[in-house]
This record gives sequence, structure tokens and C-alpha cells, in this order.
Amino acid sequence: MQQANWVPAGTDTEKPNAARVYDYYLGGSHNFEVDRAMARKAMEFWPELPAIMRANRAFLRRAVQHLAEQGVTRFLDIGSGIPTFGPVHEVARAVNPDSQVVYVDHDPIAVAHSRLLLKDDPHSVVVEADLRQVEDLLARPEVAGLLAAGEPVGLLMVAVLHFITDGDDPYRLVRVLRDALPPGSALVICHASLEGRPDQAGAHQDLYKRTPTPITMRNRAAIGAFFDGFELLEPGLVYLPEWRPEDPESVGPHPERMTGLSGVGLLP
Amino acid sequence: MDAPTWFHQEWERLLRGGHGMAVHPGILSRLVSRTAVLLHRAQHEDPFRPELAGQAGAQLVDAHFTDPAVLARAVELLQLGPVGDGRGPALCGAFAAGWAEALRERTLREQEAIRLAADTARREVEKALRESENKFRALFESAAIGIGIGDTDGKIISVNRALGEIFGTGSMDMTGRRVDELVHPEDTPGVWEAYEDLIAGRREYFQFDKPYYRQDGEVVWTHLTVSLIRDDEGVPLYQVAMLEDITDRYRLQERLRHQATHDPLTGLPNRVAFFERLEKLFEEPEPGARFGLCYVDLDGFKVVNDSLGHDTGDQLLAAVAQRLETALTPLGHLVARLGGDEFVVLLEDCRGEQEAVAAAKTVLAALARPVQVGDHSLAVGASVGVLERRVATTTPGAAVRAADLTLYRAKEAGRGRWTLFDPKENARAVSRYAVSVRMPAALDRGEFFIDYQPLCSLADGSLVAVEALVRWRHPQLGVLGPDEFIGVAEETGLIMPLGRWVLEQACRQATDWVREFGPDAPQINVNLAVRQARNAGLVTDVERILRKTGLPPAKLQLEITESTVVGPEDEALKALHGVRDLGVSLAVDDFGTGWSNLAYLRDLPVSCLKIAGSFVGDLHDPTKDAHTGWRIVSGLVSLAHTLGLTVTAEGVESGADAERLRQMGCDWAQGWHFGRPVRPDEISRRIAEARRTP
Repeated sequence: MQQANWVPAGTDTEKPNAARVYDYYLGGSHNFEVDRAMARKAMEFWPELPAIMRANRAFLRRAVQHLAEQGVTRFLDIGSGIPTFGPVHEVARAVNPDSQVVYVDHDPIAVAHSRLLLKDDPHSVVVEADLRQVEDLLARPEVAGLLAAGEPVGLLMVAVLHFITDGDDPYRLVRVLRDALPPGSALVICHASLEGRPDQAGAHQDLYKRTPTPITMRNRAAIGAFFDGFELLEPGLVYLPEWRPEDPESVGPHPERMTGLSGVGLLP
Repeated sequence: MDAPTWFHQEWERLLRGGHGMAVHPGILSRLVSRTAVLLHRAQHEDPFRPELAGQAGAQLVDAHFTDPAVLARAVELLQLGPVGDGRGPALCGAFAAGWAEALRERTLREQEAIRLAADTARREVEKALRESENKFRALFESAAIGIGIGDTDGKIISVNRALGEIFGTGSMDMTGRRVDELVHPEDTPGVWEAYEDLIAGRREYFQFDKPYYRQDGEVVWTHLTVSLIRDDEGVPLYQVAMLEDITDRYRLQERLRHQATHDPLTGLPNRVAFFERLEKLFEEPEPGARFGLCYVDLDGFKVVNDSLGHDTGDQLLAAVAQRLETALTPLGHLVARLGGDEFVVLLEDCRGEQEAVAAAKTVLAALARPVQVGDHSLAVGASVGVLERRVATTTPGAAVRAADLTLYRAKEAGRGRWTLFDPKENARAVSRYAVSVRMPAALDRGEFFIDYQPLCSLADGSLVAVEALVRWRHPQLGVLGPDEFIGVAEETGLIMPLGRWVLEQACRQATDWVREFGPDAPQINVNLAVRQARNAGLVTDVERILRKTGLPPAKLQLEITESTVVGPEDEALKALHGVRDLGVSLAVDDFGTGWSNLAYLRDLPVSCLKIAGSFVGDLHDPTKDAHTGWRIVSGLVSLAHTLGLTVTAEGVESGADAERLRQMGCDWAQGWHFGRPVRPDEISRRIAEARRTP
């Protein structure tokens, strides 16, 4: 059943919000004191978090750019948050000027912000929908329209699946999305993993528990399982800086410290 | 040219690290060159244009280089760089100012943007809320079902139009009233307890059919559902009641029920209603509760019907019903028509035989004067069978049957009189009319079955044994208890095959329990009739049945009566010893009612004494002294213990009696307090349940 009849939650600026915390890590000011307080607290015991977020952003950029170079002109960015800098449509259009992007987020403030940002852009739209109601998400006209053409779509799920708890069955959600994708489409995933810094993972999950978006870190096998039905592109599922770096030096001596595992899969 | 190259390299290294990693290499290269050129010009061009350095700083911020560490390192590089004519400090200052100014602008812009986004989002939500509220308000107002909202103190906050209509008031008149004012004498028991639980947060909702008084005093019946609304923390906030007017449906049900339970001719409760009331009496009787029945049959009604026609007959019946109701209802008795010209008077909470007899006399007096039907003055008399018993001693079916048979005796004795129930006469009548003739074939037809009554340990209340009680499902008389046919069975000799059948059935059942429950299986007690005990084949019978069913002999106890053995030379003694040698134990049943020769008791091979139910029953007889009664029971218990026998008290109907018996050392007890005779699977269920809750 469609939930649209009910009033959306999440305009509470008294609670930290993942999208705004992320913005703060990236040096932005699209955030409130509660968000900054939480980010500062997390950085106290994990000072590398801003670097991880940058690596995540860089991965998104490289993945979109790669797909755009392969001829993908349609992108569905789920969990787009606040596109602070280098947003998907800019990266994609640097390659193909008529690329279309549908941004999806369930946070009303992130959505309102994205709308302000994109109000004059004819090829980008913002949809407020919840990944957990994936059928509803797919039924939105903007999303349905993007998929209807039958052309390959880049499905971006960057730093979003770890906000889906096991109780909401993230694998089913990805499966439903996969079945809606035209052939030749691609799945881009970056997911907080338990493996690079097992010493930090527990405390970090605990910190997010008190937010509206608790975090569920998963291991390599569990993250790899999201690509069921896709063919992983080289170099497979790797730590963030290791995915097709432009400059081998940028990988650094400890890529595992950027604990997110990332990969791009192609739908045959 | 070494110096500029060094600066350019360091500058590029600075921008490629940190935030630069997230930037597209092409864009980054362009940024590096552009800013490096600006800085180079600021360092070397004449005249000195510090604003060029400021522009470079601003461009970094525009490219999202907002980390203060970048500023620090940039200033450091500029200081180390090759600068002529002492413009270095001004250059650094201009760069820092340009960077800071741009960052300030950017920060303010972004803060404004996110505030605007938050406000927009909040406005959207408020709009959605308003729309949603309008939608729900419309739904609330126009709903066909009555809806009311109250707080958890019970104050009504808001009701919709439909609810106002149900109560015959405007919706405003209901607001502010209290929910708990809306009581009605016919409220289903439990509705207000459920309500208290709900507003205290102990339950989420409840549903009842509930009557209310309307504003105009009329009663409206509703199907009521009340739900609890909690806040995010789970604290009860509101109660929401939904009421559907079911008055028409309820009235129809009432009418159908009235039709089903009332006789259309006389308006009296009919047979169904009478049996309902009677059975209700037996459901949970107080210990010692009594009841009375007057079974009334008109004398000579058939003559009236045959000679004056059915219409006259019907009018006569209606007039008789009217008279009986007028005379007896004020006394608190129920008058019902069972059919034809048979009526019955039910006395609940009867105080004794005198009251039942008084009711019978009232019946006769009410019909003493002739009844005027049309032109006819009809003298009708009636015969009345009166039965007055303790509820615990009989069953509804047996009571009505006994009253009916007593009525027969009244009729036989001459009309226009009442006759009091007599157990012996009753037994005789039963056997005469129905029992003896049919009995021989009944065993073959499978009309007998066995119920089992629990015997419990007084020490811990556990079920230790069950007594097998044979029943006869008589096709005309219904289910008969042993006291109604065992006498005839003994007279006719049928007791032998019947006794064997009962013993075998009971042992088979007991074996099933042993298989299912092992050591928790109850001992089985089976009554042995005098004739069985005196039969030379008894030992062989018991042995054969034990072998056939596989029951461990220790699980079987045979109950004999005092009259089974009348002297030391009695031949029955030999058989009883034989049975005991098989490992089967013996009990003396109904001890204290027969002719108890205590001298022989010590020679009997028995291990248990069952004190007759009348001893415990007498304790509640207002005409007898309870103190003496208890002393007699206590005496019997210590007598048994002196003889080394265990004691079972029969007829225990209350927890208080059970406790007192326990205190005086009585071992086991049997009676309604511990369970009535029931089907075997009910016994199984009890054992299983006791095993689950040790």
C-alpha cells in the first residue's frame, strides 16, 4: 500500500541526520549543531572519518564517470542526501551533456535542499521516497519514466544500504530494483564494512543507533551478496580507494582504513 | 627557474591531498594552474596587486577546499616562496583574507540554504498534516459509525455527528461529559473492568455490546469498540470509541430469544427456558444449596379438550397459566409450561421441603375456583409431584424425571392432591416403568458407559485415584446414575455381567493412563456389588481381567459395602482374601451408613475406609449440630487410623471442609470440590495439566 497518504516524518532538526552529518565531514555547512556534535563525537575516536567520506565521494565520482564513459546516460541515485559538491549530474554531464539523473532520498530536508539546488535543471529531478518501500519508490512517475525507456540505468546505492537493517531485508529491496532495471544497467554500491577497522565498527554503529538512521555494518560476503545477478566489474569488491584509481599513488599504503567496500556490477 | 618550480610542485601536492582526492583530476589540474598563476602574478608583478592572492584564496573555497589546514599550509608555502621587495606578509594576508571572506560567504549561503530547506520541508509537512487533518476530520464527521475521543481521565473531548445521533444529542452536548457516567444497568459484566484496564494502559482495545441511555431516556444498544492511542513513548494519550447502533438487531434477537424460550399460548417460559434455568442452578451451586420442583398436571383436561374443542382447551390453559403465574411469581418461583397440560414450578434457593410443599398447595389453591371460559365455568383440578433436594445430590434430568414419577403417584393416589418425592418409591417406579424390562438388552446394545470421579490427596490436592461410575444412556429416560438401576440389576442378576463389563472397561482405561502417564497414572476404584463378592468366580474374573488388560494389580482398588460381609464365617471373606492376594487392594465404601460391625472390620482384608458422603453433608444441614457432626467425622478418621486404614472422605463440596478434613488427618477426599464424575479424556487432561504445572 502506498504510504503517500500519511504525513512524512523526519523534519525534526533536533536529531542528527545522516545526510547532514556526511556534509559536515566533507567540510560543508549544510548542517546544524546537532549534526556537528554527533560528527565531532565520532571523530574523537575515529579521526579518519572525514577522509573516509572523501574517499566515498571520490569513488562515487569515479564510478559515475566510468559508467558515463561506457555510454550510460541515465542515473538513479538512491540515498542522494545533500549533493554538496561534484553531484552526479555534473560528473555525468561532463561526459554526456544530456545525462538524466533522478535523485531519491527519504529525508524531507535533504529533498527540499536538493530541489532548491536543482530547480532550474531540466534533466534532474528529486523524489522523496523510502527505499524500504521499494515498490512505492519504483511506482513514482519520475522513477518509472527513467526506467521505461529500456536504456541502461546506473543505479547508485552509495553509502545507503548500511542504513537498511536486516529487519527490512535489504537483499529483497535490491532484488526488486534489479528486476526493474533494463539490461545493461549497472549497480554501484559502497557499504560500510566490518572488516577494515573491526576495532571501530561497534562504537560507530552504537553512535548511529540513537539517530533516525541506525547503521548496520556488514562483512565482505554479505556486501558481495547484493551483487547477486550482476557481473562485478574489475577490480571487484574492494576498499574505496582501490576502485579504479586515476593515480596509483592516491590509493595510499592503507586502503583498508577507508573501510567502505565498493564495487560496480553490470546486469547482463 | 628552480624556485617557481618548487612552489608549483608543493602547491600541487597541497591541493591533491585531502579534499583534492575527491575532485576530478582534470578539474583539479586546472584549479592548481589557475591559482598558481594568480599567486605567481601577486608575487612578482609590478605594481604589487595583493587582490590576486585574495582571488586565489577565494577560488580554493569555491572548489570546496574549506579545511583550515589547507589555509595554514598555503600561507606557509607563500612565506617560503621567492618574494621580492618585502611584499610577502601583505600577500599572505591578502590570500588569507580572500580565503576567509569566501568561506564566510559560502558558510552563510549554505546555512541559509539548509535553513530554507528545513523550513520548506517543515511547511510541506505542515501542509500535509493540515490536508491529512482535513481529510480525517471529514472522515470523522461524516462517518456513519459513531466515533468519540476521550482523554485517559475519562473526559469526552470530541464526538462526531453520528455519535450525537445515537445519543439523541448534538455533538457539543456530549463533549466534556465523563465516559463513566454512561453506565446502564444491563451492562455486560466485565465492560467497566475492561475500560479501567484500557485507560490504565493494560490493554489496547476491547469490544462489547453495550446499552446506553439516550437523551430522551430511550435505550440504544450499540456494538462498542474502544481503542487506546499512545504517544511515541507508549504513554496512553487518548481513548477512541467507535459505536455502531445495533438496537434493531438487538431487539430482533431479543424477540427471537423470547419466542424460543416462551410458550406462545400462555406467554410462560417454555420447556427450553425451564431447563436452561434448572441447569444453571447446577453449574456452580453453593455447598448445601437446595432446590424444589412442583410437577403439575391438570386433572381432566383431556375431557375438556375432547368435548368442548381445542379453542376452549387453549383458553383454559391460558387462564390456568395466568392463575399460576399470579399466585407463584410473587413468591419468587418460576412457572413454566412444559407442554400439553403439564406445568412446572421451580423453586431456586429452596429453604426446605416445607417451602416446596407450600408451593404445591398454592398451585392447588390457585386452581380451586372454577375457570370461566366463554359460557363455560370449568372446574379444573391438578395433581402435583413435589421434589425437594440438595442440588449436589442429583442432576437436572434425574430431578425432572423423579418429579414426573412422583406426579404419577399423586395421580394414582387420587386426583387433586400433591405427593412428595420418596427415593424408594422413585427407584421402584423407575424400575417398574422402564428399567427392568430394557436392562438385559442394554448391555448388548452398548447403552452403558463409565464416568470417572477424582479422588484427591488432601495433603497436596493431587489426583491420586478415580472411581469408576457406571451410567446408562436410557433411550427414553436419558442418562441414569447407578443409584437408579443398580438395585434392579442386583435383583435381576444382571449385576454379574454388568459388573464384569465395568471392571474390564475401567481396568482397560486405567492401563491406558499407566501407559500414558506412568507413575502419575491414578489408581482405579471399582465398586463391587454384594452378589459379585459372594460369587466363587470373583478371583478368577479379576485375575483374568488384570492379565487381559495388563493393569498392575496395585493400581486397582475394589470398593465393597459394609453389608458384603456379615460374619466371620462369611463365604465372601474367602473371595476377598483371594483378591487381596492378587495384589489388589480393597476399600469399604459408604462407611457408616450400613450396619457397621466394628468387630468384623478388623478381620476384613481391607486397606481403606471411605466415609459416607452424608457425614460431611450433614455438617451443612441447619437442623443438625455441626459441632457434633465434625466430632463424628473426626472419630471415624481416628478409628480408621487405629485400624491401620487410610481414610477417604466422600461428598466434600467446599474448600473449607477439605481444609478441616486435612487438619484432622483425613488422607484422601472425593466430592464436587475435587471434581464431578467426568469423561475419561477430561481426567487425562487434568493429569497432563498437573504435570505441566508442578
